[in-house]
Amino acid sequence: MSDTGTTGTRPIIRVQNLKKRFGDHLVLKNISFDLYPRDAVTIIGSSGSGKSTLLRCINHLETPTAGAVLYHNEEIKPDIHSVNAFRSHVGMVFQSFNLFDNMTVLENCMAGVLYVQHKSREYAKEISLKYLQKVGMDPYINAKPRQLSGGMKQRVAIARALVMEPEVLLFDEPTSALDPEMVGEVLDVMKQLVSDGLTMIVVTHEMAFARDVSTRTIFMDDGYIAEEGTPDQIFNHPQNKRTQDFLSRFRNG
Amino acid sequence: MSGTPNNFFSWIIFLLQQYHGLYFSGLITTLETSLLGTVLGCVLGFAVGVVQCSSGEDETTPAKKTLFSLLRGIVKVYVTVFRGTPMIVQAMVIFYGISEAFGVNMPAFQAAILIITLNTGAYMSETVRGGIQSIDKGQTEGALALGMNRFPMMMHIILPQTMRVIFPQIGNTFVGNIKDTSVLNVISVTELFYITNVAAGTYFRMFEAYTITAMIYLTLTLAFNLLFRIIEVTMAGRESYTVVGSVEPGVEVTA
Repeated sequence: MSDTGTTGTRPIIRVQNLKKRFGDHLVLKNISFDLYPRDAVTIIGSSGSGKSTLLRCINHLETPTAGAVLYHNEEIKPDIHSVNAFRSHVGMVFQSFNLFDNMTVLENCMAGVLYVQHKSREYAKEISLKYLQKVGMDPYINAKPRQLSGGMKQRVAIARALVMEPEVLLFDEPTSALDPEMVGEVLDVMKQLVSDGLTMIVVTHEMAFARDVSTRTIFMDDGYIAEEGTPDQIFNHPQNKRTQDFLSRFRNG
Repeated sequence: MSGTPNNFFSWIIFLLQQYHGLYFSGLITTLETSLLGTVLGCVLGFAVGVVQCSSGEDETTPAKKTLFSLLRGIVKVYVTVFRGTPMIVQAMVIFYGISEAFGVNMPAFQAAILIITLNTGAYMSETVRGGIQSIDKGQTEGALALGMNRFPMMMHIILPQTMRVIFPQIGNTFVGNIKDTSVLNVISVTELFYITNVAAGTYFRMFEAYTITAMIYLTLTLAFNLLFRIIEVTMAGRESYTVVGSVEPGVEVTA
């Protein structure tokens, strides 16, 4: 987690002129933005606007077609060493949880510490329990993912990412696969992380979360950043016509 | 002795009295060759299957990329040849081929292990490849997002899950190998089939001698099918788990 006590002036991550093409289809057209320490950026926009692709390009689960992602002003090269070093500092939480099915809750959390950070089992267990406690999943350390509800799985997935003590956490629609009654428990954990000062980027359809919790909101439309600003600017005084249209559905809904 | 046996059952009893030691040693050889060959063949099959599934895109230098392409080529030829020819022919080619080409006389037992291993490895690699491809892409992405390299990801996440998926097929392969080792009599491996020939030949009682052999094979395959079924169920794991620190200690929750 970020140790910076004050809001730093240097960005942790810089996205510069990012483009991503799938076949003939240009999904990301020209994306640039900076992520500063303690930022909690939400990315909103309709399906197919490129939100998730942007997030996946940042940690190179998709290789960008053009442009660059900089981490502390150093470009992430598309080779496995550079990418893996970056990924171990920038965690990711997926829509479909992606917990390891062959491992218990505890083993899921320990995996990164053991096989990426190569630290001792004692340390791995200790820190896993600490973060499982934080998300309220410590009673379930012996359960396998298939034995848990969606909300529980997602909380374990968040703990698994936190155990790596990442500088930034990326959330790819973390509540979109959940039943309505489970969305709350995951959002509560995320709100706690924001107030702890964890730097994060959240792709979400939860407009209330974007408006009330995030420090900055990016509205994406058709592969571009259409509008960017504080939640107050975006939600209460949107300048762009597309933003206004998109948000009118939310306000009326 | 109360004279020569005069019916099917008395011949069976007579042959068992005469040759039980021989049958037993044949049975042991059959088990040894099929078990060792299956285990080594599975190890080979996993290695080959992983190579077949890898794209080589993670190799960092052009030299390594070339080497990897070469390895993939070799693997492809190996799998094609061994899946495309009968094991009995492979046995002859390998056993006599090595002896003629290098002048070494490989002991039949070692040759048997080698042949079964190579044969099993070729089939198993396809099973492993299918198994790996059946694992949800999210498992890989979960590991990649932690910054995990391919090797620990394979060892700790993908292959353990693949193992569970393909375990029934491994059991089938082993049971198949118990039967298929019988073709190794052509290179004089003294397995069950070979020794039956010996037992049958002395008194010309083919029917009785091979009936005994058939019963032994059947017992083995039934027993091992049952054993693998038990292991499979055990591997599936319990459906319940213990909630730590619950009011009632050791309370079990069923999902």
